Amino acid sequence: MTSILRTLLAGTAVALMAGGAQAETLRLLTWGSYAPDELVQKFEEEYPDIDVEVTFSNNEEMIAKLRATGGTGFDLAQPSHDRIYAAQLEYNIYKPLDLSKIDVDKMTPNLVEGVKANTTIDGEVYSVPHQWGTSGIMANVKEAPDAKGWGDLCSETYKGRTSMRLRRTILLGMGFAMGKNPFELYADPEAYQAMLDEVTDKLIACKDIIKTYWTGGDDLSALMLSGEVVLSETWDSTAYKIYSENKDIVFIPPETGALAWIDTFTIPRGGQADDAAYKWINFVLRPENVTIMSASTGAIAAVPNGIQLLPDDKRAAVEAAFDQADLDNLKFFANIPPGLEDMEGIALERIKAASN
Amino acid sequence: MMGRDAGRLSLILLFMPFALWIGLLIVLPQLGIGYVSLREKVGINQYEFGFKNYADFISEPIYRNTLLRTAWMSILVTALALIAGFPVAYYIAKIAKTRSRAALFLMCLIPLWVSDLVRAYGWIVLLRETGVISTALVSIGLISQPIEMLYTDMTVIIGLVYTVILFMIVPLVSTLQGMDDALLEAGYNLGGSRFTVFRRIIVPYAMPGIVAGSIITFMLTAGSYLTPVLLGGKNSSWFTEQIYNQFITRYNWEAGATFGVLLLLFTSLVVWLGLLLTGQSLATTVAKD
Repeated sequence: MTSILRTLLAGTAVALMAGGAQAETLRLLTWGSYAPDELVQKFEEEYPDIDVEVTFSNNEEMIAKLRATGGTGFDLAQPSHDRIYAAQLEYNIYKPLDLSKIDVDKMTPNLVEGVKANTTIDGEVYSVPHQWGTSGIMANVKEAPDAKGWGDLCSETYKGRTSMRLRRTILLGMGFAMGKNPFELYADPEAYQAMLDEVTDKLIACKDIIKTYWTGGDDLSALMLSGEVVLSETWDSTAYKIYSENKDIVFIPPETGALAWIDTFTIPRGGQADDAAYKWINFVLRPENVTIMSASTGAIAAVPNGIQLLPDDKRAAVEAAFDQADLDNLKFFANIPPGLEDMEGIALERIKAASN
Repeated sequence: MMGRDAGRLSLILLFMPFALWIGLLIVLPQLGIGYVSLREKVGINQYEFGFKNYADFISEPIYRNTLLRTAWMSILVTALALIAGFPVAYYIAKIAKTRSRAALFLMCLIPLWVSDLVRAYGWIVLLRETGVISTALVSIGLISQPIEMLYTDMTVIIGLVYTVILFMIVPLVSTLQGMDDALLEAGYNLGGSRFTVFRRIIVPYAMPGIVAGSIITFMLTAGSYLTPVLLGGKNSSWFTEQIYNQFITRYNWEAGATFGVLLLLFTSLVVWLGLLLTGQSLATTVAKD
């Protein structure tokens, strides 16, 4: 009896070890569409000993997942550049990067410097950029030809025909539209709270105007393409995808500046496949792979010719949306200090719960 | 002697999966949630113990109102599921032929094979402004403008009733199946009207099923997340959504855990009140043999 058990156990152990030796697993924690099948297959062909496992998530859930496990369970994560510093300070979920293993010289220098400045703690760099994009508004130019800024989402002209996502981006956008600079107020919680209160009142009054809050890209696409909504807050990448189906719907960088985010590569503290992670980082930033990636994400890779490497339809959409002045006017998200999201959270809940 | 030990061993072994399930998946997480809810955050990685999270809940009307709203809408959903589910259950258990009974039961089960998410999207496709129903009504000329039927509390209630009604039907069917038709005949023979028979014989007999079904549907509704979030509009807060927000958007596990404990306590209280008001007890209904 025991000998049978022992044989079984030994067999299992051998099988497990053999499995481990054959293939290393790279567990990616990333955004929906940031790991297109085509690219994953290409990667696995080039590195047959690495298996890629993908989990799709978003900024908040990435942090929550890694916090729950103490930074284990994933080998490479892709949070946005402004969400790393505070999360690392508070929850210690990432580990420093070994920049010598990454082709940093192939990335856009100012983006690398920007991300480094945002994610350096005690002299250690935690992130490098992957792709960037913006948040702004999207309009059906036939029905809403005059929309220029965040404030138009709350304009009586479009009553019942606008939408937004009830998350922190709209708080910031509305703050800019009301003549403030939220990023400069980050350091002063009282001033920031005062701004939040004003924005909250504005957005509560705005509930009459909007049709509904959208919750994800698919939701938003359906609202815009069906014509139920003519003007909405949006991620530029979603707008570009819609533009390829309906040329009347364009992304508009708000006059106060589109809000720019950079999604990064960051390694969780309990990551067990760092080498595979570095291979993936260098792999997806190769020019031929950038095009495949951008076709799926609609975002622009952090390489110097990122816009040229977009697939044709996306490049046309970007060129239709941005001119040089808009690019110069980009407002990059600033590092969120600890505790700020709690203040924003209560503001968002007040808006959601208010009825008028 | 040996026999008794072996018997005890097999009892322990048989009991083990149940004990592990209750212990590891129910009791332990609840204790963890209770522990976190008593932790007050005073700074980065600094915590103290106390009831501040609960005090915060009480002092913030948004949270109280959302909890009451969730409970009220869940009661409404439970009542509607009972009204809609009872005739279906009665038909399956008493009127349908034995052969078609299984098929009817299966038809009730089929929607459950599809995930909540897909079912919610089904309602979205039907009810949206450019959706199936609105477009059909416009094309046959009943209405001149497309109408929006999504994003209201009514939609949430319809969606929830649809999601949970099965959990009302199943206990009702199994209770009603046990009822002897002779009871009904006796009722009619003694001169009872249809309504009297229904009120004095069928309902009291079905009470265990009604109570069990109501408790299950109420708990499922109050704890549901996807349906209210997807079908609800700009004004429709749901308490589970607040819990999600606390945990995920605000990184505030302490408040989220507090809300979780409060939701459990509050729904238990509602169930207890419901039993009290209807003069039932768990022992005579759900646990009746």
